[in-house]
Amino acid sequence: MKVDQISIFLENKPGGLEHVTRVLKDADINIRALSLADTADFGILRLIVNDTNAAEQALNAEGFTVKRSPVVVVEVPDRPGGLHSILEILGKRGVNVEYSYAFVDRSGENALIIFRFNRTDEAIEALLENGFTVLPGERVYRL
Amino acid sequence: MIFNEEFETLPREALEALQLKRLKQVVERVYHTVGFYKTAFDEADVTPDDIRTLDDLRRLPFTTKQDLRDNYPFGLFAVPMSSIVRLHASSGTTGKPTVVGYTKRDIETWAELMARSFVAAGLTKNDMIQNSYGYGLFTGGLGAHYGAEKLGASVVPMSGGSTKKQLMILQDFGPTAICCTPSYALYLAEQGEEMGIDVRSLKLRVGILGAEPWSEQIRREIENRLGITALDIYGLSEIIGPGVAMECIEGRNGLHVFEDNFIVETINPETGEVMPNGETGELVFTTLTKEAFPLVRFRTRDLAHLMREPCICGRTLTRMARVSGRTDDMLIIRGVNVFPSQIESVLLAIEGLEPHYQLIVDRKDNLDSLEVRVEVSETIFSDEIRELQNLERRIARDIKDYIGVSVDVKLVEPKSLQRFEGKAERVVDNRNI
Repeated sequence: MKVDQISIFLENKPGGLEHVTRVLKDADINIRALSLADTADFGILRLIVNDTNAAEQALNAEGFTVKRSPVVVVEVPDRPGGLHSILEILGKRGVNVEYSYAFVDRSGENALIIFRFNRTDEAIEALLENGFTVLPGERVYRL
Repeated sequence: MIFNEEFETLPREALEALQLKRLKQVVERVYHTVGFYKTAFDEADVTPDDIRTLDDLRRLPFTTKQDLRDNYPFGLFAVPMSSIVRLHASSGTTGKPTVVGYTKRDIETWAELMARSFVAAGLTKNDMIQNSYGYGLFTGGLGAHYGAEKLGASVVPMSGGSTKKQLMILQDFGPTAICCTPSYALYLAEQGEEMGIDVRSLKLRVGILGAEPWSEQIRREIENRLGITALDIYGLSEIIGPGVAMECIEGRNGLHVFEDNFIVETINPETGEVMPNGETGELVFTTLTKEAFPLVRFRTRDLAHLMREPCICGRTLTRMARVSGRTDDMLIIRGVNVFPSQIESVLLAIEGLEPHYQLIVDRKDNLDSLEVRVEVSETIFSDEIRELQNLERRIARDIKDYIGVSVDVKLVEPKSLQRFEGKAERVVDNRNI
């Protein structure tokens, strides 16, 4: 139920992001979801790709520092209150959201939210218990 | 004006005779009371009896900062602790600082040297002196303080920082002289101007500025903006503190070394050979009157040249030119001595950090800044921004605790910093001093 996400450290200067996407292009990697978090000095680029191992290899070879982290991808009912219903469950279980970003699956019917939790296993348990759809990695990489 | 007419204007022959007499006494004393010197002299195959002329000084071995470090804390003291009335300390390259000690008489000697310095700057007991050198283990604050009191001037013991308060005192108390670093003098001028104060119309006449290198250009800027005469003072805690040499207001061309208390030489830093008059070399001092912590041929790692020509002020004391550089990689940031190796040891102590770093030194708005760039590695890279920021903060905090200077920390991409084959050149100094 956990999905592998790659994080890449980027200095805040022009060309950094372009370099990463060039490497992925050359390795024929497809990006599924992306989020770029920034501070004044540096940014962290978070990606879900279709082939995590190949991406890591290609990026490492180019000298990037890459980290793999487990995230959880949840289908969110596409209506007002959809996200709230998820967060309510997690709040009751005392699970904290470290960060989150969203994308849409190809059918366009569901919003998919990517979460990084402080207690991943508990979060997955709580979500499944309450009938939410948690997507396994294989499905996400192939979306 | 001269504080101690007799000793500051001794004819050269008499001065040199006095130096020789005192040198013999010092060499005799350290040989018998300081184990380090007995060993050093024996190894150099020289005894106190071998010192018969001033030139024989060259037969004596040098003392270095490393020797002080190796004998931390009190190994080089020549008197028992019961005779020591003051201890001061100064930055070491890594780990411990170097420690110096003073007897009651040493404190009086030091006060007299500072009084001489103030009078060389044209001050009298009717002046009020704002002392913005740091009070504490560093010798600047208390050194200037005791000298001002010895002179009989009115001292305002401000120490460093609290710029708004410093400016308030400058306006309300009306001191006629200020002691601080040259960059702080400029900073005060700037902050004062920003606050709408006409700093040129303050009662300040003279600045006794030191603890960091500064150029003629900076002198002109300080003098223009503050409407004062800015003079250079030199010293180092190992030798006594500030007051080893002072520029005279009449000549403003080199700093008079108080040669009845110190013998000054310039040497070739590679070979140890004594340089002729006028040629730049490493300054080496031998103390002639210090009781607690006498030093023979101490290598300062400051570079300068000597000028033995007579000065219009009437002092017969040899002048040293402004310090033009260092033989080592020491930096002075806002008046504080910083060695890159100190920063390296802080980084190495943090788990997972590799010592791929760079120091960028700059001067923004007349204040020195130090940016420490550290490469991110696999081990320390966290997916969470908060953790990386915590790491930056931790590095800054550890550095501040260790060297006493606030720095900016910037994490940079791995392999983005230059790799070196030989000695790493980790410092980029953008200041134009």
